[in-house]
Amino acid sequence: MAQVKHDIVDYDKIAAQQSFKDLVKRKKGFLWTITAIFLIAYMLLPILTSYTDLLHQEAFGGISWVWIYAAGLFIMTWSLCHLYVAKANSFDREAQAIIDEYVTNGGAR
Amino acid sequence: MNDISITAVLFFVLIVGSTLVVTWWASRRTSSASDFYTAGGGLTGWQNGLAIAGDYLSAASFLGIAGSIALFGFDGFFFSIGYLVAYLVVLYIVAEPLRNLGKFTLADMITARFNTPKVRGTAALSTITIVLFYMIAQLVGAGALIQLLLGIDYWISVLLVGVMMTTYVLFGGMTATSWVQIIKAGLLMIGTLIISFLVLAKFDFNIFTMFKEMATVTEHGAAYLNPGLRYTNGLDTISMMIALVLGTAGLPHILMRFFTVKDAKTARSSVIWATWLVGIFYVLTIFLGFGAAAFVGTDAIVAANPAGNMAAPLLAEVLGGDILFSFVCAVAFATILAVVAGLVLSGASALSHDIYAEIVKKGNITEKEQVMAARIGSITISVISILLALGAQTLNVAFLVSLAFCIAASANLPVIIYTIYWKKFNSTGAITAMLTGLISALVLVALSPNVWNPVEGAAILVGEAIFPLGNPALVSVPLGFLGGYIGSLIGGKQSADEEKKFREVDVKANTGISVQDISH
Repeated sequence: MAQVKHDIVDYDKIAAQQSFKDLVKRKKGFLWTITAIFLIAYMLLPILTSYTDLLHQEAFGGISWVWIYAAGLFIMTWSLCHLYVAKANSFDREAQAIIDEYVTNGGAR
Repeated sequence: MNDISITAVLFFVLIVGSTLVVTWWASRRTSSASDFYTAGGGLTGWQNGLAIAGDYLSAASFLGIAGSIALFGFDGFFFSIGYLVAYLVVLYIVAEPLRNLGKFTLADMITARFNTPKVRGTAALSTITIVLFYMIAQLVGAGALIQLLLGIDYWISVLLVGVMMTTYVLFGGMTATSWVQIIKAGLLMIGTLIISFLVLAKFDFNIFTMFKEMATVTEHGAAYLNPGLRYTNGLDTISMMIALVLGTAGLPHILMRFFTVKDAKTARSSVIWATWLVGIFYVLTIFLGFGAAAFVGTDAIVAANPAGNMAAPLLAEVLGGDILFSFVCAVAFATILAVVAGLVLSGASALSHDIYAEIVKKGNITEKEQVMAARIGSITISVISILLALGAQTLNVAFLVSLAFCIAASANLPVIIYTIYWKKFNSTGAITAMLTGLISALVLVALSPNVWNPVEGAAILVGEAIFPLGNPALVSVPLGFLGGYIGSLIGGKQSADEEKKFREVDVKANTGISVQDISH
């Protein structure tokens, strides 16, 4: 993780860096978009099972769609976990670059 | 089942013995407050991942979900789905900012931005409330279960669990608690894998054969494999699912697990470990539940325990005889011990660190006094919850776990999200967010069908419920967010100081900068 050796960090200076503002904006965009997607996919399950019969129909081999949908949510969870890690690692590199920029431009001030 | 076999005693002694050895080893490494509350932040990704899985796979998950699936088919599986997807909320929204901002507790994270005793006190109050409700549910369940497994009296069972959990926490702090979790998570996975393998073998390792047979073996016929056996009220189902998915990210003993690692990167990897383990476990709950319904039978499950809690142990007995039965029972016992120990620790951290060290002593406290306070706090939380559990024996407390999730989702999650992400949030808003969420969850549950039922004995009180939903999350979570929003409007414009503080929080949360400065 990003680290600097100084005891006092000038947070305002980092917050004012364009590179920091860009990172925060893209990070928030990514996190909240994915969160909205998985929450909607998740909440659709009880909504569909409570108010429609769509998922009660047989998909194949005696297994109904509700199990397929549930399996899909499991696969979604694992996939999004790994997507997160990949993204977070790249955000880490950018965060380090931001700290480096801060240190190069005078550090703790 | 009331005859205690030699094998059962052997497994119990082995498991209890090994956890005590771990506690003794951990006690020698526990000298500072940071050791006590967070194992010095020294757990690795896989260790913390297993410990998170351990915290999460409580007796309610292991015994409760297996029983629910056995009795209600797909409707029981709703829990597995909700508990699993909840990890995405934890990972995407909460885990890393929490690690970057906090020290020991949730209150630490919120006060990183709003450092007032009122904010800290309110956060501690909400933590302690959740911990106590969760713990009463676990202890009452544990008492009933051990009574059933070992044939000893309820009050002795509760005391036994209470003394064990206090021992782990008191002497070994977070190090012991974490390792007890790790051992138990490993054993639970092994036990579940063995049973699932045996169940699958009975169905010739063919999922389709299993589903075809499950459509005929229960009294429900094909309806067993579709939703609707247990949850018939759409809004109630939706409300419960909201509490499950949003509650995890506000549960104190889960949040605390992100302070036991050294940085956000490790916190991240521990969530990945936990998600895979917990996900695989929840897939296996299908085999546990189906197997119990097919080979133990609904009648025998209900006869042993009306809520279905004995489904998994009974299935183990049918498939693997006395040895597997004893093993599963011992693992269930370890599960209960580990989870309540984690709860004690998170309650103690709110009581001793937040309220005593930070508010009463204003942070002027030596390392030695802090550790002493943490130990006294642990005993206090333990004693209170044991007494409450002894008094609640005859009450139907199964709904308390979902209440704990509901309070966590309503009181803690809004304030966490606002603190990290909302620039105009202020300390008035922080307090109103927590109080609105907490109070609305408590009041709505008190008016709900879980507490009121016209049939005597079906709920705690006799009468018509004023509020129709069993789980109020659908209403109380939006109220928590609304409370925080309105509170922030009332609190007015931020001072230059508060704006500066938000920039600091924003930088810390997003870059992890100087995490070592605030964690030591």
